[in-house]
Order: sequence, then structure tokens, then C-alpha cells
Amino acid sequence: MSSIKMRASADGDVITVKALISHPMETGLRKDKAGKVIPADFIQEVTCEHNGVAVLTAQWGTAISKNPYLSFRFRGGKAGDTLKMSWKDNTGKSDSAGAVIK
Amino acid sequence: MSIKRRILLKGTLAAGAAGLAAGAGLLSPRAVFAAWSNSAFEATTSSGALDALLGSDSLEDSGKIRIKAPDIAENGAVVPVSVTAEIDGVESISILADKNATPLTASFDLGPGAEPYVSTRIKMGKTANVIAVVKADGKLYSAKKEVKVTIGGCGG
Repeated sequence: MSSIKMRASADGDVITVKALISHPMETGLRKDKAGKVIPADFIQEVTCEHNGVAVLTAQWGTAISKNPYLSFRFRGGKAGDTLKMSWKDNTGKSDSAGAVIK
Repeated sequence: MSIKRRILLKGTLAAGAAGLAAGAGLLSPRAVFAAWSNSAFEATTSSGALDALLGSDSLEDSGKIRIKAPDIAENGAVVPVSVTAEIDGVESISILADKNATPLTASFDLGPGAEPYVSTRIKMGKTANVIAVVKADGKLYSAKKEVKVTIGGCGG
């Protein structure tokens, strides 16, 4: 099961992409009930590709909210095309997901 | 077999193959990512962050950058921020919260065809200006909007 829920819709050739990613985005500043620091665990890089071309790449810090939301738009796509979104976090974990533009 | 079923099965097979390849590291996204800017995200001032990230902290105020964010954030841990720039040739959009311990929250590099618009949710430690910095044709433009925060969201 992917951590990424992505929806993309076409309005003419403008594609609107909305994604919700399941990720704790821990800042490394919080402490648990025992008083131990919860280590930083946050997505650092996000890429969205359309037909193999990166239409958006993002660098994120710890201040992106938990379970990050991202929306952006690009021209040049059409319904039926596929998009791929990938992320990589500071602990080395990564994930990706595809979606078909509706 | 109906056309739809054929396409579904074909798609599933392709997705399965892709999944296998991804698992085997063949489709690793590692190669695609630019290096994450440690110094920019760890900078404790907006100037420092912009210098590290974009090579300059020289900003030109622009009325063509619209920041949509709440006047008062109910929850500092989840502050929705959207930035739209009515400027041509936008290369990147960066978002800072100038009273966060490390102000840079995110930077978005726009690829071919990407519109100058991003929307996300950020954590704010306290009432501060949300600053949007737009890089276009090598120049840095910015706009800011104050967001009042009642309960800080960084957990520090």
C-alpha cells in the first residue's frame, strides 16, 4: 500500500495535482511520554513526474505538517496520462505512487 | 474479453512489473533528486536560509505574489499556505515562516509546464510572517502575510 494518495484532473491541458502523503514529519524536537526525544523523521525530497519529466521537485523541511498535503498545477498533460510521485526522507525511506490523470 | 477488461489487465500487469522493478531498485528515484540543502533548512534566519538555498537574500517586493493563508491559525501544526505568482518564467517558489527556529519550510522547483502555484500545510511555532520567495529569470521576488498563531505547532 502506498503512502501517497494522489489525484490529478485535467481542465484543458492544465493538470491539477493534489496529493496527501502519510508520514509523521517528526521535527526531532518532540519528546515522548518517557521524556525521550523522538528522532527527526521527515520527508526531504518530493518529485512528481509526467511522462518521465519532473514537473515538480520539492525540498521539504521539518516544518511541513504531519501527513503532508501538496497541490500544484502544470500545463501539457491530458486525461489518461500517468503521473508518478516519489518521496525520500531523512532516514533513507522512500516511496512512490502513480496516478492516471482524469 | 471487453476492451476495458483488457486495458485493466494490461495496466495491472504493467504496474506489477513496475512494482517488481522498483523493488529491485531498477526504478529507484534516487538519481532524480537534487541534493537536499542542509544549510538552508538549518539556517536560523530567513536571510541565511535564502542565501544558502538561492545564493542571495536580495528580495524585491512584488504585488504579483498572492499568499493565501489564514489570518489566524487555529492550529499552528497545520497552517494551510498557498502561493500563486502572476510572474513569467518562475523557476522556484520557497516558503518561510520568519519566526520559526529554522524559517525555511519548503522550496519547490518548477519543471517544464509547471504553473507558478503551490499549496501545502506548514507548522508555525508562533505568530509570524509567512514569506513567499519566487525566483523568476534569476531574480528573487517576495511577498509576505502575517499569520497569527495561538497554539504553536513545532512541538519544541
